[in-house]
Formats: sequence, C-alpha cells, structure tokens
Amino acid sequence: MGILRPKVALLNDEYKKKIFEEAKHILKSLGVLFENSEAEVLLKEQGVPNDNHRYYIPSDLVDKCLTSPPHEITMYDREGNVHLSLKDDNIHFDPGSAAIFILDENSGQIREPLHQDFIRFTKIVDQLLNIDAQSTSLVYSDVPKSAQDWHRLYTTLKYGHKPIVTGTFRKESFSIMNELLLTCRTSEKDLAAKPLAIFDACPSPPLSWSDLTTQSVIDAAERMIPSEFISMPMSGANAPITLIGSITQHCAESLAGVVISQLAKKGAPIIWGGSPAIMDMKHGTTPMGAIETMMIDIGDVEMGKYLNLPTHAYMSLSDAKIPDAQAGLEAGMGALLAGLTGINMISGPGMLDFESCQSIEKLLIDNEIAGMVKRFLRGIHDYGSPFAEEILKDYDNTNELLSHPSTLQLFRKELFLPSPIIARMTRDEWKKAGSRSSRQRAKEEIEGLLAKSPQKALDNLKSTELDKISSKYL
Amino acid sequence: MDAEEIYKEMADAIVNLDQEKALNLANQALKEEMNLLKVIEKGFGEGIRKVGDLWDDGEFFLPELMSGAQIMQKAVDVLTPQLQSSGSERQSSGKVLLATIEGDIHSIGKTIVATMLRANGFQVIDLGTDVKAEKIVDVAINENVDIIGVSTLLTTTMLNQKKVIEILEQKNLRNNFKVIFGGAPVTQGWVDECHADGYAENAVESVKLAKSLM
Repeated sequence: MGILRPKVALLNDEYKKKIFEEAKHILKSLGVLFENSEAEVLLKEQGVPNDNHRYYIPSDLVDKCLTSPPHEITMYDREGNVHLSLKDDNIHFDPGSAAIFILDENSGQIREPLHQDFIRFTKIVDQLLNIDAQSTSLVYSDVPKSAQDWHRLYTTLKYGHKPIVTGTFRKESFSIMNELLLTCRTSEKDLAAKPLAIFDACPSPPLSWSDLTTQSVIDAAERMIPSEFISMPMSGANAPITLIGSITQHCAESLAGVVISQLAKKGAPIIWGGSPAIMDMKHGTTPMGAIETMMIDIGDVEMGKYLNLPTHAYMSLSDAKIPDAQAGLEAGMGALLAGLTGINMISGPGMLDFESCQSIEKLLIDNEIAGMVKRFLRGIHDYGSPFAEEILKDYDNTNELLSHPSTLQLFRKELFLPSPIIARMTRDEWKKAGSRSSRQRAKEEIEGLLAKSPQKALDNLKSTELDKISSKYL
Repeated sequence: MDAEEIYKEMADAIVNLDQEKALNLANQALKEEMNLLKVIEKGFGEGIRKVGDLWDDGEFFLPELMSGAQIMQKAVDVLTPQLQSSGSERQSSGKVLLATIEGDIHSIGKTIVATMLRANGFQVIDLGTDVKAEKIVDVAINENVDIIGVSTLLTTTMLNQKKVIEILEQKNLRNNFKVIFGGAPVTQGWVDECHADGYAENAVESVKLAKSLM
C-alpha cells in the first residue's frame, strides 16, 4: 500500500450521526411497509407495533440488530478458494446486473439477449483481470420466464469461477439457486463458511419491502448467505430532491433490511448497498452517470462504513446508448469516485442506458478503467530512500534507465500496463492498424478472449450435477 | 548434455533475463570448444528473437527488451576474443551509424535502437546527440557504413534530418548509403518528402527495417 490511501468523503461524523438518528426516527414514526408474512411474524415476535402491513420499528431494536452482522465478508470462488474480501476500503468490481438488453457488437443493434449471449458474457468476465466477480448480468428471453433468475446462476457457475452477485425474480427460485450453489460445496455449512454468491434485495422506495425481496433476505439469512441491500431512492420523484434527504431515506430503508436479516438469523452476513439515482428533470429518466447520483452513492456508502458494514454501490455505469465518449467519462468518473470512497463491491462495468443494457465492448473498456483505478488506489509507494539518487548515478553508464535493475524489477508494479484497447501507440502505428476507436479495438479483443481456456476448468462431476438440476427445473 | 540442449539453455537464459546463467553458458561454450558461431546463432540469437516475439505479442515490455539485448551483447562479448583469434568472426548483419541530429539532445530512443541492433548482429557506431549533419556524413564515409540512422525528438530539429540527405546528394554519394529516420515526430510522409529509405515506429521494427535494407 502507498504512503497514503487516496480518499474522498462528502459527510463528516456529525452529519453521519444526524442522518443515522433521523433514519431511525423515520422507521419509528413513519414505519416501513412489509408485505411478507414471515417478516411480519418476526417483527410481531419482537413486539414491533404495526398498522396493517406498516411496522413502526423502535430504535433500540435497530441498534440491537446492528450489533450482530459481520464487519467483513470473504467470498470464495466456485472451487472453494478465497477470492475477495469485502472489508475496510477494499474495492472490487462486478458487471452491472440484470440488463434486459444487449448491445450486439457484431450487428451494432440493441436487442433482447439470448442464453448464448450470457454464456459469452460470462466467459469474458472470467478472463478479465480487473473485474473481480461475476454477476447475473443479462436477463435472456430464450428460457421460460419462471427460470429467468436461477438459470442465469446455473450458466454463471458453468462458465465462470469467480464469486457471483445474483438475485431472485420469484420466491420459489431461492431454493433452486441454493441447490445449484451446493453443487460447488460439500454441505450447507460449507456454503455458509465459504460464500459463493451474494443475493441482491431491492426495497421499493419509499420505505417499502416487497414480499419477494424480503423473502430473499430471510432465505439468505437462514443459510448465512450474504444479502446485498439495493435501496434505490429516486431524488425528487419518490425520495426528497435533496441529496442529504435521499441519503437519509436510503439509510432508513437499509436499516429495515438489517433488522429483518438479523431477526431471521443473528449474525447473517449483509452488505450495505444501493442503486440510488436522481431523476432527470427533462426526460424523467434515472441517470446513473449523473454526478449527483454518484454523490448520493458516496453518501450512502459513507453511512454503511459508519455502521461498520461491508458496502456496495452501482457505479461505473453510463446512460449513453453506445460505448462513446459519454460512456467513457461517466464510467471513468464513477469508477474513480467509487474507488476513492472505498466501496467494497462496485457494480456497473459494461452497463449502458440506465442499467438496462449490457455491452461487452464497454465491459472491456471498463476493465481498463478498473485497472487504472486500482493502480491509483495503491498510491505512491516508498521502496526505501534514497528515492532517486542511487539510480541516477547509474545513468551515465548506459544513457538510459530502461535496463536498470530497479526498472526491470518494479515497472510492472509501478505501472498499470493497459491492453491494446487504450491507444498509446504512435499516430502512424494507429493509422496502420486501421485508425480504430477504443470501441473498435475493444471489439477486436472479444474473440481472442472467448478462445482462451477458462481461468479454472469446471470439474466434470460438478458440471453434470449442475446440468441435472437445470434439466429438473426447466 | 548435447549441443542442442545447451543452445536451448542459452536461449532460455536470454528469455529469462538471467545474465549470470547466460555468461556461465558462454564460458562453458569456450571451455568445451563449441562452434561459437552456432552458439551465437542457435543459442543466444534464438533467445533474443524470442524476446522480440514476446514483445510483439505484448508479453514483454521495453525494460525486458533492453535487458535481453544487453545480456545477449555481454554473452557475445565473452565469445568475441576467441572468435577473432580463430579467424571466424561472427558475420555482421551490417554497419550502422546512429546519431541524434544537431540541436537535439534526446538520446533514449536512439540508445534503445542501438542496443537492439547490436543484439541482432549489427555493428553500431553511436555518435551521440546534437551531431551536425556534416559530421554524420563524414563519419559515414570514413567508416564505410551501410546505414545512417538519424534521430530527432523535436519538430524544430527535424528539418536537420533532411540536411543529411542533401549533403549526400551534393557529394553525389546518396546511393552509397541507406538513410533511415527515427523519433517521435517522424512519419512516412516526412520520409517520403526527404527521399529517405525508411523509418521505424519502435526498436523492434528498426531491426526489421535495417535487415530489410541490407
């Protein structure tokens, strides 16, 4: 690690406390809507007052529930090896999830994804060094609607080894997904000890937890599988227009998730995540690349850190429709700000058009951005002094320092070495290569990446077992 | 260990940038009275070609390219006295004069090119930086070089590259030498305008260019 870990912050402790206290007050005074019967039983058992499905959660219960979740979560790969750790200011990237469209790099058309698209997408993510986790990033239409959630997890396990960020579309799917995950572990206990998947759970703003999303939190908690809360207030539409108001609402909705998860199972692993947005006041859209959206994300994550929980946000996305300059600037700014905030899981690479469209070309460009952000966060390293004098003494012998032992030893550590997607060749070399844009160069990388052997080969027995489960439920 | 295995070890030593191993193997070749021309061609030479390939493939970068070339040169230096005394010197790929042109003191690109050319069997005379066009031509004539390589980083000094060709034409010696340009501002358009014989975008390309002109 460098001399300093570069950081950005928008809130101070005084305001974090104010936001936290107000969020708790909101839960007590305005209450939260829970439409899930199991959650309602859990809340009633604690004597939480209610008015029909609205529950008025006392602050002492919130405080009590905040004492039990773990402060860090280690995720394991398909084969059961430690892969990443959601703690402190560690950062990791995973592709933005559940896009209902794909930008087909061959036709240039935006269309509905097919299973084959997701296989290709997963194989690419498996190869990308700076994308740390898989996500069930595409919703494809060539499987029955009832299989559209769990079948993506099946596909990810078949073609990728990294941990997975996923989620359910139907309550019934959780058990199928659990069964799929268990093919990669020896028992439920083993799966709890070595988490392989994170389940996203999205409350509905304002202050409402649907039946489906609450059930997912409870099902995951009971099995000690991590849940990631994705509260998504939309400033000025279903949340206050003020950034601080939206952050407070996010905090209240997420605290309700903490309560449900910890009542379902004390100590269940949870991630303080979110996908807030402002509303574009002209188009009525939810721009993920808006600077204010990123500011809410940062504030939300600062609250998560204040409460000592692992964190998440949807950043490094763009609202552009193709991987153009807007896509680069929004993804680049988002990724760097997310890195500077120390967000443990950053969901977004590849995503265009308000979380609706995935693009492999953008994913590859974002992989470069993620690499640069990670390099930036490693900071400036002290290898021992003198820092330059001894090296400069040797210059006269060779008239260059390229072959100096220190250069050879450290250049791969000191420098982020970009892929050919980033144009650093001379203009003439660029011309000779066809005067191509970064998007075109990204496209050229795709087939080569797909032709590579998987980073880790899937064990035949596990593969057969996964196929059996898929056939059984299709 | 038969000769082929030793050649492979020599090539590997270059690719692994293992100077100690390369020099030990060069000394072993002397001790065992191996065919030193083959040692250079099939052993160390094969290694430096692989280093070039790895650079082309994006696996190796400039520090590795330079180190590989320098280790190759040091290994060849160990063998050279014996080669000379036996009268079977390594066949030169050609004789190249390199200089950064008058008004420009940048040397790094030229130094890299010189290292790469030497590693690939060229004799290189490096006149350094800020060298007048007249001096470049005089030394080229006296040393009877095959190729004159003129480097520049600055657009302001680029014009002086052309002067080298103009002097050669005035002396009616243009056809005696191949003249190549190097440096960031140089383009094919500039090469064509000056009637030079070529330019390269990088050090690996410069070796290919020099070989193609011989």
